[in-house]
Amino acid sequence: MAYSEKVVEHFQKPLNVGSFGSSSDVKDRSDIGVGIVGAPECGDVMQLHIKVDDAGKIEDAKFKCFGCGSAIASSSLATEWIKGRTVDEALAIKNTEIVEELALPPVKIHCSVLAEDSIRTAINDWKKKNGHDVEDDHHHH
Amino acid sequence: MTAQETTIYFDHASTTPCDQRVVDAMLPYFTSIYGNSSSRNHAYGWEAENGVDTARSQVADLLGAQPKEIIFTSGATESNNIAIKGAARMYAKAPAGSESRGHIITAVHEHKAVIDPCRRLEREGFDVTFLEPSADGIITAQMIKDALRDDTILVSIMWANNELGTINEIPCIGKICKEHGAVFHTDATQWVGKLRTDVEADNIDLLSLSAHKMYGPKGVGALYVRRRRPRVRLQAIQDGGGHERGFRSGTLNVSSIVGLGAACAIAKEEMEAEGKRLSALRDKLENELMSRLEVVEVNGHRDHRLPHMTNISFGFVEGESLMMGIKNIACSSGSACTSASLEPSYVLKALGVGDELAHSSLRLSLGRHTTEAEVDEAIEGIAAAVQHLRAMSPLFDLWKEGVDISKIEWQSH
Repeated sequence: MAYSEKVVEHFQKPLNVGSFGSSSDVKDRSDIGVGIVGAPECGDVMQLHIKVDDAGKIEDAKFKCFGCGSAIASSSLATEWIKGRTVDEALAIKNTEIVEELALPPVKIHCSVLAEDSIRTAINDWKKKNGHDVEDDHHHH
Repeated sequence: MTAQETTIYFDHASTTPCDQRVVDAMLPYFTSIYGNSSSRNHAYGWEAENGVDTARSQVADLLGAQPKEIIFTSGATESNNIAIKGAARMYAKAPAGSESRGHIITAVHEHKAVIDPCRRLEREGFDVTFLEPSADGIITAQMIKDALRDDTILVSIMWANNELGTINEIPCIGKICKEHGAVFHTDATQWVGKLRTDVEADNIDLLSLSAHKMYGPKGVGALYVRRRRPRVRLQAIQDGGGHERGFRSGTLNVSSIVGLGAACAIAKEEMEAEGKRLSALRDKLENELMSRLEVVEVNGHRDHRLPHMTNISFGFVEGESLMMGIKNIACSSGSACTSASLEPSYVLKALGVGDELAHSSLRLSLGRHTTEAEVDEAIEGIAAAVQHLRAMSPLFDLWKEGVDISKIEWQSH
């Protein structure tokens, strides 16, 4: 299977790789939201760290990803899109937009779903830490 | 640029290039010696038949068999189907449509071309035992001994596994089957042409092989069918003109059969030296990667395996992304993402390899034209790609922090 140019670009030079500390470092930091989704046995795990200011704006985002090229590209793109947005704006990002931007084939749609899930999970983590209401976790598959 | 100019080919367990000597032997059979080998009444037919006869002797020679015991087919999948279905239906203990028609033994990590015919026979009233290999991928003679029953009619165990290269205890299994009176079939697709075969000493009744795994053309293979002590009989699958002693009707693919014969003749002369050369290169590849990188595991037995291949897992790195990172190396992965099923390799699962390591595996298989420079380039490329991917792997971070990944409750999707 050939990959789209954009997937290859993100794979070779992923944007915003990293974290804001080890899992124990960020666990209790109220300015950091953590989202870890997927499972090793399924072949993909995405970890998203977001740094959110008091006004609810995502100042910075970092990802790590164990997964195929499309999963890496989806998480790289997700970090780029949420940076500078408010948490509510970020929650509005749909996996279908990622599919379109990266020209993912049908068999790779789950990678985009995972990226969307990681955004929601990270934002919910930040909201819980800051006493905000959390929308019910649900999956848009 | 073509793939050949840009990409190292380490996927010889999938298929091999045709040896130029094989192509040279085949060419006259397309345009000059184009007769039907069954035409008994003119020179065109006789010439074609001579080519087929030579090939039959060449294949038999490589196996330690008699030429009359070789049946030409379209490849190992067809050979497996003819052998397994043909033997089961011939030696069935009860007629079609009834239950308890006989017992068959095979293994869970066989190729699909063995597993699926066995599954079909299950639906036709046969009992099938699918043995689990040892943790290093091997089916032992003792496992067969323990599984044999009074009504066992057929045992089908591959000689060497296609994903791991591991070698099952074939001569001993053959002996046990002979003593028990069960027909013994082996899918030797990966074995023949790599290591020595002697169907007499090894007590083999039926053996499948394919030309394209040993530098012959695609679309042709053979089935060895024992004729003496005992004479093995099969119920044919394909009816028609009664070619190949009635086991496989259909006009013979003369040019490809000539190619298969030539490939066997070359393998007989060269496989010993080739095996030594390739195992040294394979060992270099493995040892270098294991010394440069942490958490690298070779899957399957380190000694009882084919000389030219390795199945190796790189922890915390997903196989498809690894292949994307080494796109100048053509190889295979046990990762789910490279298959249509989205399941990781059932062969690695049969060994009890954890799912995440199964997702992280590469099968690298070297061949006749592999050079040491290619191996050196592959070592650099694979090590760099693994490091690139580990730098962005959350699992690698957790491992470094000392977290037991298997104890985390993952959110499956």
